[in-house]
Amino acid sequence: MTSFAESKRMPGSEWLKDRPRLLEAVYRGSEAGLRLLYPVLRRVLPAGWTERVFVWSEEVSKGYLFNCQMCGQCILHSTGMTCPMNCPKNLRNGPCGGVRQNGNCEVIPDMPCVWVQAWRRDAQMERYGGEIQLLQRPVNRSLQNSSAWLNLLEGVDAQGPPGWSAIELE
Amino acid sequence: MANSDRTTAASDWESRSGESRLRRVLEAGQFAVTAELEAPDSADPEDVFANAAKLGGVCDGINATDGSGANCHMSSVACCALMAQAGYEPVLQVSCRDRNRIAIQGDLLGAAALGVRNVLCLTGDDVSAGDQPEARRVFDFDALQLLRTAGIMRDQGVLLSGRKLTTPPAYFLGAAANPFVPPQDLRHLRLAKKIEAGAQFIQTQYCFDVPVFEAFMRRARDMGLHGKVHLLVGVGPLRSERAAEFMRSRVPGVHIPDAVVERLAKTPRKSKREEGIRICVEIIEQVKQIEGVHGVHIMAYRQEETVPEIVERAGLMREKPKE
Repeated sequence: MTSFAESKRMPGSEWLKDRPRLLEAVYRGSEAGLRLLYPVLRRVLPAGWTERVFVWSEEVSKGYLFNCQMCGQCILHSTGMTCPMNCPKNLRNGPCGGVRQNGNCEVIPDMPCVWVQAWRRDAQMERYGGEIQLLQRPVNRSLQNSSAWLNLLEGVDAQGPPGWSAIELE
Repeated sequence: MANSDRTTAASDWESRSGESRLRRVLEAGQFAVTAELEAPDSADPEDVFANAAKLGGVCDGINATDGSGANCHMSSVACCALMAQAGYEPVLQVSCRDRNRIAIQGDLLGAAALGVRNVLCLTGDDVSAGDQPEARRVFDFDALQLLRTAGIMRDQGVLLSGRKLTTPPAYFLGAAANPFVPPQDLRHLRLAKKIEAGAQFIQTQYCFDVPVFEAFMRRARDMGLHGKVHLLVGVGPLRSERAAEFMRSRVPGVHIPDAVVERLAKTPRKSKREEGIRICVEIIEQVKQIEGVHGVHIMAYRQEETVPEIVERAGLMREKPKE
């Protein structure tokens, strides 16, 4: 039943995840790098290959570091560089009321609550710290397994559901 | 259905479509009492009426749980509709565990059409807590997205898709808070976010640890949250130390300090029940003094008949607004 890959926790990734300031610097760097690289790749690679390259590199890098679930709409920098899709309830706006007294998950008793970690790490972050209080809109499930980087660069789903965005724009 | 019945149903709706009575009580600055209905494992409406009758006389609102503890019972929409029909003031609990956004928005419309005016938006206990742990967990929304969506339907008159509603629901919107589980020192931030997402009232998880709750309220007051939301503290009588032990080990999110369990353990068997009620009344008296507390939410699981006694002994009896 537990497809939650905390069991697949990678060596070294925990150490890195507890250095959210380093990670947010890497995040900012890679965002800038990708913005430069994207038009080049677009021109050089045959049709469809840009996406393949992005998906593959995201699976490898974010998969290793954050146990990325490929939701295709990354908000890592707003959640203490902790992937919220690792929460068995897929919560994007904070911890549920079921957190155990030892700080572990209600559903997976030996896994630390994703959100307890996220809140602690967010407090240490310099640039994006505090963004954890932003209200995150419902997940666009149709973006599952697509590249969040590409979706960001191409403005896919920048608006969110029409009813929801009407509020965001206010 | 005959035409005259339809007319009656429509005029019924007109008469019920007014504002939430729970909201009126809270906004008048009265100390509100809500309680949790035991949703029956039954297809008989009489079971709902019988359970609601135990609570109706002393409560400003009655919550119908949505598969609490991930166990299947009569649906919260149905319980609420029956209660509204009988003149009670139902609070519809909606959890994100079992339904996706399409089903939830449909239920929100349907419940409003059936006379429900109060909605409590919850994440929901995980399927693993219940007696059908092999079920699929949905969690398409989280509690805050649900809360905001209900607000969008009410205030913008549209569904999430942007499609217009001819008559939007008029909901008094609530959310839960659990100050008693980690990270306790940051739980007020989640409260702030829920208020931001549209929560007008809050019902908390069981409070058995008043100092922890006080610290939570102090932090909430420091952020000015106490003036922005009506907060009802969750309380309930414990039947025995065994019940307490069961709740804190098996029901997600319930924290009961050892001192409370020991106090029950030391009580002779005959008077355990009475001691449980006494603890509950004491907690109500203590939280009532805390600035920013606007009421209590009594969850007397399988001992609903004790609710009137608790309300009476805590000095919360008053003339309830007439139907």
